[in-house]
Amino acid sequence: MSDARNSILTKLRTTRDAHPLIPPASDFAPIEAKQWAKEERLPRIRRLMEAVHTEFLDATDADWPEVLREFLASEGVGSLIYAPATDAGKRLAEGWDAASTALIPYDRPLEDLKPRLFDTIEAGLTTSRGAIAETGSLILWPTAAEPRTLSLVPHIHIALLRTDALYDTFLQAMREQGWAQAMPTNVLLVSGPSKTADIEQTLAYGVHGPKRLVVLVVHP
Amino acid sequence: MDGNAPDFVAASRAALADPQLRGNFRRAMDGLMGKRAAQFADAGEWTGVRALAASVRLRALSKLPELLEKLEENCTRNGITVHWAATTEEANGIALDILHRVDARLVVKGKSMVTEEMHLNAVLEKNGIEVLESDLGEYIVQLDGTMPSHIIMPAIHLNTKQIAHLFKRKIKDAESREDAAYLTDLARRVLRAKFQAADVGMSGVNAAVAETGTLCLIENEGNGRMCTTVPPVHIAFMGLEKVVENLEDVPPVISLLPRSATGQPITTYVNMISGPRKDGEKDGPREVHLVILDNGRSSIYADPELRDTLRCIRCGACMNHCPVYTKVGGHAYEAPYPGPIGKILVPQIEGLEKRGAMPHACTMCNACVEICPVKIPIVEIMGRLRVEAVKPRGAVKDGGAKASRAEAMVWSGWAAMNASPTAYRVATLAMSKLGNAAPSSLPMLKEWTSVRTKPRFAGRTLHDLARAKGIPDV
Amino acid sequence: MSAIPKPDRVYYFGTCLVDLFFPDAGMAGIELLQSQGLTVVFPQGQSCCGQPAYNSGYRADALKVARAQLDLFPGDDPIVVPSGSCAGMMKKHWPDLFHGEPDEAKAVQVAARVWELTQFLVHVLDVRLTDKGEPVRVTWHASCHAQREMGVVEEPKALLRQLANVELVELKREKECCGFGGTFAVRHPEISAAMVGDKVADIEGTGAARVVSGDCGCLLNITGALEAGAKAARGQHIAQFLKERIHGR
Repeated sequence: MSDARNSILTKLRTTRDAHPLIPPASDFAPIEAKQWAKEERLPRIRRLMEAVHTEFLDATDADWPEVLREFLASEGVGSLIYAPATDAGKRLAEGWDAASTALIPYDRPLEDLKPRLFDTIEAGLTTSRGAIAETGSLILWPTAAEPRTLSLVPHIHIALLRTDALYDTFLQAMREQGWAQAMPTNVLLVSGPSKTADIEQTLAYGVHGPKRLVVLVVHP
Repeated sequence: MDGNAPDFVAASRAALADPQLRGNFRRAMDGLMGKRAAQFADAGEWTGVRALAASVRLRALSKLPELLEKLEENCTRNGITVHWAATTEEANGIALDILHRVDARLVVKGKSMVTEEMHLNAVLEKNGIEVLESDLGEYIVQLDGTMPSHIIMPAIHLNTKQIAHLFKRKIKDAESREDAAYLTDLARRVLRAKFQAADVGMSGVNAAVAETGTLCLIENEGNGRMCTTVPPVHIAFMGLEKVVENLEDVPPVISLLPRSATGQPITTYVNMISGPRKDGEKDGPREVHLVILDNGRSSIYADPELRDTLRCIRCGACMNHCPVYTKVGGHAYEAPYPGPIGKILVPQIEGLEKRGAMPHACTMCNACVEICPVKIPIVEIMGRLRVEAVKPRGAVKDGGAKASRAEAMVWSGWAAMNASPTAYRVATLAMSKLGNAAPSSLPMLKEWTSVRTKPRFAGRTLHDLARAKGIPDV
Repeated sequence: MSAIPKPDRVYYFGTCLVDLFFPDAGMAGIELLQSQGLTVVFPQGQSCCGQPAYNSGYRADALKVARAQLDLFPGDDPIVVPSGSCAGMMKKHWPDLFHGEPDEAKAVQVAARVWELTQFLVHVLDVRLTDKGEPVRVTWHASCHAQREMGVVEEPKALLRQLANVELVELKREKECCGFGGTFAVRHPEISAAMVGDKVADIEGTGAARVVSGDCGCLLNITGALEAGAKAARGQHIAQFLKERIHGR
């Protein structure tokens, strides 16, 4: 109720004005100082992410769909949902040999896909908007074309990572990509497959998010 | 939780008598302290990022009313409906209104300490709405019918065996297997069906960004993302202090929270939500609500010394390092927030009549102060609350509730003795000659001697020895 | 703490617990300072720093007692205190306690001159100790206030490590509170007992014959528990221990 709003804000303002708080200046240098040489970033990201059970595949711009197809075949993954309207989605679909893995386009609202998404589709593919070296984290930037649940519901999440968007820190990434100017509905940092230590501090992977995270590194 | 007034002394006694619990907590806290230390091995980095995080929180507090307005403005512009609740009753009312309007039968919830303050689950259940905790630790305590014992690891008081037995009893077709991987997979299957079917998802908020109207949530399991993405309605609850000014203020908090809490460099997911499903988008909730809760925080904010309580980012490091918490665990506090932050926050929310014991359940060792990522002067606030309990300055609910004529007289007498060199000399002479004859059954000595020998007064005081040895007096 | 040049003269604030329970340790501290060529002044009018009342919420009573100490230390000479807890009260909390009081400036001036004993021995006097005692294994209990209010962490161990026949084995949880906490020990006796129980187990685990500490509250607590448990280890104040070692007793 607006009564609560007004009474809360009035009280906060009155008491604060009676005793203003002068905060110390924020010095971001300790984070800005965290830098890695360009060639160190990918190995660091890989090491940090593998430490929490992320899997890595390497491919080139030319062959990544084939590398992905072979991987899925060897893992016995029968279905992969993807975003058909993205450039990556179009590349994926062109000439896809569906013998071992069926491609399912995410081309309708979640409500129309829910049972399949939850119960039968095994893997989901997304692009990424880069990765962060400090913490070993992918930046996911869902869009109308590439829905959020692609990286959440299927048991296996495969993320394409281009090597030309590797940042030192979360702060640097958000600054250089200008996030504050226009935040989309959802932005995510993903640093591994889902996990928990809630059972006697024993690490267990594959809780509610994907059981497996596969980063498909696309080298130029 | 029953309706009786919380009795920390009795509850802690019970906890101490349980060797399983004590063992669980000792091991768990040792592990967490070690992991945190490993993350902050670089003292310069710790000092620098900590100063930055403290400044971020202080800046937010310095502009709190303005930032809340800006947050509301930007959230609203983004399509998030913002609600304000002065009390937990109001907050529960807002939640119920939304749930009734959308005819919700099943709610899935991510971890939110604010909703524990609200006793939201009990309210929903009373209204015939099924609410399922989806964070594994919260799910476990919900099955067990108890409260979380830690704000980050709710089921830390249980070991694998106890959890296996619980699942066997409460989950259909569960096998009795003491295997964390099996138990986790079982929970995954049960909850997956619920995420799919739920009408409403609920969550807390780790940080709300005023600049962009963004809600930031961090987690490892993915249940938070499920709750905030899959059901058609998402309701987020936050304490009014959780706002930060700018998007850039989020990285310092994210840098320190996981490292302080569990010794991880970062949580598996950092989830930043800036609105409901837009036209053309294929998923995401159609409605997103933010409930901003006061519940005593504006009163805390009013006092320049006590308002530092509101810097808290809910990392839980303080309780991991608290030697009292290590011994008794979280349930002994019978409060949504245990440990050091609990001991200063809960008395200010619930009053000193009910919670006057909490600030005294502390040796003032400062272990918490040493590791708090936003430099809350926890022990100073603890001391201030001890004052308010007996000599109220009007800043805290039920101030003076623990005032006692007897205790006041003890301290008056003590002060008179110590403020007069003559009185001190007479008293210490008497103690050194006669003190050792005091029976162990005397109050205070009785408690002391239950596990210790009586302290022995020396035959002569240092004053005596110094005089005898001719140590100069001026 | 940044060092000052070695003074000719220091004040000694014994503390009430030392006065009543460990006067020999208090005297040993005085003698250690004298052995370095200092004149030590022990104002007979001293009593207590006020901490017990302060921590219990009775600040006016604490102020009355603290105030009674202020005029005992005229001038600029350092004030050495054989207790991290009391030193912390004087140094860190007296400025708050006297805030807004007419004698605030005096209290602040006195507070600024307070040193914990081992801090003073290491940083100002740079003492060199020669060990004349028999081989012994000891462990060090770091009192919470010494560590966290006075910043005294390595100094006492540095002094112990100077002693050739002393084997210092560190506790597994050296920094963890022993459970004394002033009135905490009697307000929450079971929790306090559990905490000192963990500390005693840690001490036993080192195999040390002595547990040495700079704080008498901790010592009363720990030695009381060691004795009640009929444990082999004995507790001792560091001043007393150092004195015995340099005299070969």
